[in-house]
Amino acid sequence: MSAGQPPLDSPEIRRLTPVIGPGYTYGSVTDKISAIVLTRPTSFGWFVGFSIAFSLMGMLAIAIGWLIIKGVGIWGINIPIGWGFAIVNFVWWIGIGHAGTLISAILFLLNQKWRTSINRFAEAMTLFAVACAGIFPLIHTGRPWMAFYMFPYPSTMGLWPQFRSPLIWDVFAVSTYGTVSLMFWFVGLIPDLATLRDRAVKKPLKIIYGMLSMGWRGSARHWHRYQSAYLLLAGLATPLVLSVHTVVSFDFAIAIVPGWHTTIFPPYFVAGAIYSGFAMVLTIAIPLRKVYALEDFITMRHLDNMAKVMLATGLIVAYGYFFEFFLSLYSGNKFDVFLVQQRLHGPYAPFYYALILCNILLPQFLWSYKMRHNVAFLFVMSIIVNIGMWLERFVIVVISLTRDFVPSAWGRYSPTVWDWATFIGTIGMFVTLLFLFVRVLPAISIAEMRELVAETSEKEE
Amino acid sequence: MPHSSRIYGVMGEFDDPHELIHAVEKIREAGYRHVNAYSPFPVEGLSEALGLKRNMVPFVCLLGGLAGGLGGFFFQYWVAAITYPQNVAGRPLNSWPAFIPVTFELTILGASLAAVFGMLALNKLPQPHHPVFNVPRFTHASSDRFFVCIEAKDPKFQMDHCARILQEVHAHHIVEVPRD
Repeated sequence: MSAGQPPLDSPEIRRLTPVIGPGYTYGSVTDKISAIVLTRPTSFGWFVGFSIAFSLMGMLAIAIGWLIIKGVGIWGINIPIGWGFAIVNFVWWIGIGHAGTLISAILFLLNQKWRTSINRFAEAMTLFAVACAGIFPLIHTGRPWMAFYMFPYPSTMGLWPQFRSPLIWDVFAVSTYGTVSLMFWFVGLIPDLATLRDRAVKKPLKIIYGMLSMGWRGSARHWHRYQSAYLLLAGLATPLVLSVHTVVSFDFAIAIVPGWHTTIFPPYFVAGAIYSGFAMVLTIAIPLRKVYALEDFITMRHLDNMAKVMLATGLIVAYGYFFEFFLSLYSGNKFDVFLVQQRLHGPYAPFYYALILCNILLPQFLWSYKMRHNVAFLFVMSIIVNIGMWLERFVIVVISLTRDFVPSAWGRYSPTVWDWATFIGTIGMFVTLLFLFVRVLPAISIAEMRELVAETSEKEE
Repeated sequence: MPHSSRIYGVMGEFDDPHELIHAVEKIREAGYRHVNAYSPFPVEGLSEALGLKRNMVPFVCLLGGLAGGLGGFFFQYWVAAITYPQNVAGRPLNSWPAFIPVTFELTILGASLAAVFGMLALNKLPQPHHPVFNVPRFTHASSDRFFVCIEAKDPKFQMDHCARILQEVHAHHIVEVPRD
């Protein structure tokens, strides 16, 4: 090592940077991860963080309660801007969820070992993000207690949903996505729940984890079928995750509104979803590994890889912006050209420039190895990308709707305090769920970490 | 075999997945067929050593996917063309391209539900209690130890012989597994 040290980013160094710290055995991996749930005392910091998040979630409850009493008029939406924050936030949250499925399904199929220590909490993040996303279209209907109308059920009125509508496709895409993500997550949890059942000392915990693990005993015959089911789920979740944001983009692209009616939307929405999702995984992973001392499991290699995925998807998104811009001009369609002018010079132009800064310009720092290995920088960068992707949805929804075909139909949109309360409230709900998750379930898959230990020890032999 | 009603089998313990595979191979060479292994993670090569054949999960998954896809498509056809037809400027009622997104989602949903619940059903889970849990050290099967169990229902099962084979493959903590 001393003589002729290879350059920092050489393949040798990358090979030597492990996906798991040295010296771990099956037992010590199990101890370390299960101890976070079972024996580690709940820290003061956890209570502080949880209280803040839970208060924000309370604000969400108030905002939704007031909405149900008063109606959607408490929001800043009005014709011609019927969509506003609700749809911006829906698309943002559902996009964040995509990274979890990508990590757990696509990286699994590609046999990427580094996914092992991050897939569990990334999947949890997916579930919680989908839960937050689901709230928005539901309350945006104005009468959420009638939302069951969107599902096909034999009503006495003989009424059925309109299956040609992208909004109904959305109902099926998002509910399927939520269900499959939940199953994928739970199937992965079964062996770990059995570990917690066997390690718990207190009787109630033994019973709860015992019930949840369904009597898993690690039988080779069970593992045999389990692995088939897991592989199949990964194979099914991969096209599913690509379809979900495609369907979400259809909500826009099927409409004839300028700036929405374009075929580039599906791929560029999917890339944007993965982009924002990886940013959110980094936002969560960096504090998580610090607080629970998991640096040996979530190593620099993980952060580096995630930063690279972010950079790559960010470039796809940049390509999408460029072609959206170019095709509008090239089409010669005066409404499309006008929309581009509105993005550059209209009343919402600052948002457009902020979006370019957050999503395209600043992430170029990620080309640098040094920057990718600066944890504080990565954390800040991940938040910038989250903001940028939120701005992207704001620009898409608001600029197009405020600048329709005829000037008499133009308008302005600004959110009210209730819009903000609902949005910040869902962030509170997301964080609350994450706090509860790291406290009661293993945030890293113990069974898969043991597999990783087995594989790395074989390589050494 | 008078004791076979009380006894589920004989169990031996290993520290290492390779020893486990070796032991399973030896036990099967000795002619036992009702053998099972327990491990804290899926061990590569163990299924082959146990002589497990291809399982039914992929087939169940395929059935679920077909049911979801075909059911989903024809349900939409039935709604849009038969039971609730809407004439929108004379456009065709069976506008099948518009039914594809929902058909796709329901295919995935059906296949995933079938894979998960099929796997659980074929594994006979949930099953909160099982005789192997009667062995106190079996709690390690979910963390760092590997177990092999020769079951009493095997026609060749003889306590002493099984214990001797387990000793020969260097199993430790060889115990009999009571049924209750």
